[in-house]
Amino acid sequence: MADQAPLLILLFPLFGAVTISLIGPWKKQLCLPVAIVATIGSLAAALTAFCDVLQVGQVQYFLGGWESPRGIGIELRIDHVNGLVAIVVTAVALITAIYSARRVDDEFEGKVPLFYALFLLSATGLIGMTLAGDAFNLYVLLEVASLTGYALVAMGKERRAAMSAFNYIVMGTIGASFYLLGVGYLYLKTGSLNMGDIHQIIVDQDLRGSKIIQVAFILILIGVWIKMAFFPLHAWLPNVYSFAPSTSACLMAPLVTKVAVYVMIRMMLTVFGPETVFVALPWSEIVIWLAVLDIVVASFMALAQKNLRRMLSYLIIAEVGYMVGGAWLANHYGMVGAIYHIISDSFMTLCMFLAAGILFTKSDALTGFKGMFVRKPATMMAFTLGAFSLIGIPPTCGFFSKFYLIRGGIESGHWEFVIALLFSSLINVVLFFRIIEFAYFHIDEKGSKPDQTEAPAAATPITQVISLWTAAIAVLLIGLFNQPIVGWIQTTLRPLTIVGGQG
Amino acid sequence: MDPLGDLILARFNYWIYVVLMMIGLYAMITKNNLIKKLIGMSIFQTAIILFFVSTGVKEGATIPIIDHGEDHGSELVEAPAAAEHVPEGRGFDHEEALESDAFANPLPHVLMLTAIVVGVATLGVGLSVVQKVFIRFQTLEEDQILENIRTSDG
Repeated sequence: MADQAPLLILLFPLFGAVTISLIGPWKKQLCLPVAIVATIGSLAAALTAFCDVLQVGQVQYFLGGWESPRGIGIELRIDHVNGLVAIVVTAVALITAIYSARRVDDEFEGKVPLFYALFLLSATGLIGMTLAGDAFNLYVLLEVASLTGYALVAMGKERRAAMSAFNYIVMGTIGASFYLLGVGYLYLKTGSLNMGDIHQIIVDQDLRGSKIIQVAFILILIGVWIKMAFFPLHAWLPNVYSFAPSTSACLMAPLVTKVAVYVMIRMMLTVFGPETVFVALPWSEIVIWLAVLDIVVASFMALAQKNLRRMLSYLIIAEVGYMVGGAWLANHYGMVGAIYHIISDSFMTLCMFLAAGILFTKSDALTGFKGMFVRKPATMMAFTLGAFSLIGIPPTCGFFSKFYLIRGGIESGHWEFVIALLFSSLINVVLFFRIIEFAYFHIDEKGSKPDQTEAPAAATPITQVISLWTAAIAVLLIGLFNQPIVGWIQTTLRPLTIVGGQG
Repeated sequence: MDPLGDLILARFNYWIYVVLMMIGLYAMITKNNLIKKLIGMSIFQTAIILFFVSTGVKEGATIPIIDHGEDHGSELVEAPAAAEHVPEGRGFDHEEALESDAFANPLPHVLMLTAIVVGVATLGVGLSVVQKVFIRFQTLEEDQILENIRTSDG
């Protein structure tokens, strides 16, 4: 059974989705249990696979035992890094499934089975993107994740959800098509689709300077940049995440951009190799400056927003800048910081979006925070924890990822990136202390503090409190256990040149 | 062949796909009607499918079906170019005498079957979302929808 763990990570949500679409229309109350069982199974399989990786190093799984050369078979490949990312994706899916328990009836009236089927399919696509060992399979799984994502956004009751979903479809399709085109050029030159094979061929035949390989890399890069909403290509994201139903946003906002960042890092490290990316292609400087621009512009835009989820969406764009910049520093600690930030930012974003969903069911204007602590103290505390992590206050995980990114920036001499990171932290301080002041210390016009008995809020359902606090505690735990996590990331990076570090 | 012909004629399949792609991109960016944008998206995807399919072509190659000869008790198709290399008195044995130049590369075609399915699914999702937009806004013109959103937001 343990041998099959890599495949089971995918099969649980896939068959969960099939089961729900078969039985859902007749047994509506079974949808949620099936979704939870599927995500728990997937998480357990991800943990088993990761334990395997800890013992034996990289695990390769060939579907149907088809180990033919030239990589026509389907391969799943797990190392320390994407094992961790797979755990994050499955854990976020599980937490969101628990959160959805009391929300879906309200948000997706009459479409609950459809929602859960799409939810699990979307999780399947995202998990598959992290595990795929084949460039074309990655494209298919990327489209599975995207197509379900479009539908999850468009299902919302919000008037503008459908229009933002349409723009997302157009942008997302352009991104996926560029990726596919890049894969085509890679295949043209190397004759293989398997990521490991492609890398081997590039190294053996010394294709690092080849124009076709570079064009392929740039096309793939543009494709994943659109998917992760990197600076000039970010326009679709704020509308999508602020108008999507909160349950869909809780699944997509933490994962879609982060998985795309992971795909970029995987392409850079295991397909093209650091030498092709950092030495043969003189792009590092440009990309780091783009990342700096991304961080600064997105931070300013976040400052200008009046709605919570819209503000968080711009912060996601800024965080994408952290990760892209960190990965392109061509430096050991920059890469460690970027990968660590994928993990920590997933839980930070999840925590913030869950809190936003619980605090505001209709309008999420920032002014609504007045006296919120008195009304919903538990939710507000978890929100504050997430906010501290986004600012980067120890011992939350946000502090440690910034620590590694800044160390990478200093060691590689990219001071502009360091300054942008510190600037963005400063903006986050302004953003969140404004909210926290509103929520904790608000004094109304008469000069009196709001009375505790005055505003009896409807009790938050226990499932939502559990999911929110699980995410908040994960933010703390990832911060406290940063040593082993960073150790695992370094194990994968060590054999590589340039980003491998000295020791 | 002169340099110009070398650049355009010898690589005409790439030129066609690039031109088609640009037409699709142009439609997606500039058209006001949502359905026209979707048509542009389809052209864009089809261009990439054409690119992949054209890469599988080889001059003088045949369909990539290997004839196992006596194993199946029939002598159906003789691989034209490969047949010369087959030693006399033996059937066509794919382990020894498979001449890859004699066959068109089937892999890009197989990949594109998947990509076509993805394209159909994208178009389907796109059309249903457009339908939803129409129900909400009673129009498919982007400027009118944006105008509608702006006025209702105050």
